[in-house]
Amino acid sequence: MSNASTSAAGSERISMLKVLNPFHIWALGVGIVLVGEFMGWNFSVAKGGAYGSLIACWVIGLLYTCVAMIDSEVTSTVAAAGGQYTQAKHIIGPLMAFNVGLYLVMAYTMLEAADAFVVGDLMKSGAAALGYMDLETKPFVVFTIAFLAWLNYRGVFMTLTVNFVITLIAFLAILVLFIGVDPTHSGTILKHKELLTELPYGWIGVIASFQFGMWYYLGIEGTCQAAEEVRSAGRSIPLGTMGGMMTLLVAATLTWFICTGLMPWQYLGQAITPLYDAATLVGNTNLQILLFVATIFSAVASANGCINDASRAWFSLGRDRYMPSFFGAIHPKYRTPYRAIIFLIPIAVSFAFTGLLDQVITFSILSGLLGYTFMSINMVKFRKMWPLGSIKRGYVHPLHPFPAITLFALCVSVYFATFLGYGSTLLSIMGFYIVASIWFTVRRYKFVKRGDQFTMPWPRPEGY
Amino acid sequence: MAKEYIPEKQSGIGQIIDSIFILVLVYVSLYIPLLMKSDAAAEAVKDAPKPTWESLQLSPVVQEQWVKLGYDAEKAAALINSKFDYTIDPMMLLLTAGIIIVYFVFMLKISDKEYREVISEKFGDK
Repeated sequence: MSNASTSAAGSERISMLKVLNPFHIWALGVGIVLVGEFMGWNFSVAKGGAYGSLIACWVIGLLYTCVAMIDSEVTSTVAAAGGQYTQAKHIIGPLMAFNVGLYLVMAYTMLEAADAFVVGDLMKSGAAALGYMDLETKPFVVFTIAFLAWLNYRGVFMTLTVNFVITLIAFLAILVLFIGVDPTHSGTILKHKELLTELPYGWIGVIASFQFGMWYYLGIEGTCQAAEEVRSAGRSIPLGTMGGMMTLLVAATLTWFICTGLMPWQYLGQAITPLYDAATLVGNTNLQILLFVATIFSAVASANGCINDASRAWFSLGRDRYMPSFFGAIHPKYRTPYRAIIFLIPIAVSFAFTGLLDQVITFSILSGLLGYTFMSINMVKFRKMWPLGSIKRGYVHPLHPFPAITLFALCVSVYFATFLGYGSTLLSIMGFYIVASIWFTVRRYKFVKRGDQFTMPWPRPEGY
Repeated sequence: MAKEYIPEKQSGIGQIIDSIFILVLVYVSLYIPLLMKSDAAAEAVKDAPKPTWESLQLSPVVQEQWVKLGYDAEKAAALINSKFDYTIDPMMLLLTAGIIIVYFVFMLKISDKEYREVISEKFGDK
């Protein structure tokens, strides 16, 4: 078995390449998330109606703005692979770090599985439109994950450059569709006046819609995973993350505006590909083809980014021996965490094949939510243990501690929303993390070298 | 300076067993909600007479959009009449909140204890 951060031969300590710029960070963050505008966000419409979904879009947008602000400060200061995992290790402690690492791996691997599932489903729809009925989707699921894993194996620069191109095309497709629905002449194509209704379930429905409102932005915090591979973490991470957040706020609002002006909320709330459906309703074949391609691109970009992030988190867990050290190896030529990438391929495929899309998505959302709860606690401790001026920070976010407090309060509201819709799944997932925590404490922690868990050149933290 | 902790080296078999354990745990967590079958799903009103566009009382514009989407009155009614039930069971809510709180308190307490060992080994005893 190899030691952490060694080549396959185990003889030479090597690190990942620092080749990424702010555009790659934008592509990583937006690439993972943008699929949420093409599918998934609309389940919030079913939970709370069209206006409920819009409120969720903005409220959860506030949650993610807090996430992006906090992430930008901590990641630009703790610039290492593993992102929030490494932050937890330096600020809260090993058990929290182990849990955060698991949140990241689970959130991204489950999302990757859902993305691949959607690619397969879209291929089936496309084939049906061309007259080929009952296309088998599983080969497309396997091919998507295997191809993207190969891309990730070969190097991060090419992986995220591809992501930048396909994410940009998908984002531009939303803008083109927005122009295509003639937004300045209400009533011509868009029928908001007739289609928008009162809140069907009142305010409890609005709260319930927060759960799927997460889909508008879920994964933007993944930008931190590239911290060890950017040329300048202090510049690239805040620029890429905040730029990505602005892109998503625009995309989410446009998506809501287009779809709610074309579809009855009861249909929209269960649609698999709402933006593609919107293009179909406009009746323009070119728009329809564009949105079909963009939907596939968004799912592929998301799966691609998820492989990148999940593998870095799994690699980091292995490097620190929180998980088997075998996974903590970097490829001697491509400088990628290749064993972690390969290990996660069959797992993602098997998640996609379970057919439990609901549970898989909820597992992903909840793992993300647990991570955001950690971030609010982490931020308060970070400023307390190393006050401003005591260490060099790449970026200092304003208004502390309000973003952390707001984030915590919003996380509580999303737990409640999840309880309303998926109470037993919530309990089951909490059971998973509790058993895993006990297992780590009793079984894994003995393999962890204590002193190696603190690698930043910082002074002793206050209070310790 | 605190005494340096030398971790034991894990065997290859041990590493495989640990990897499998965490995977099995994930799959069990995915399937448990299916066994419990208690998650809320939108339910359609049963035993209703066969719907028509008139009985659904939709405006002409809304009806037109349903038709454009390829829906007839019966298929549209199945979606229109599906409703979520947001009735809250206070005991379940308390239990869920309690589990989440216990999880975070447990994790923060144990993490703090482990973190003190890390700091002590890195910076020496205070």
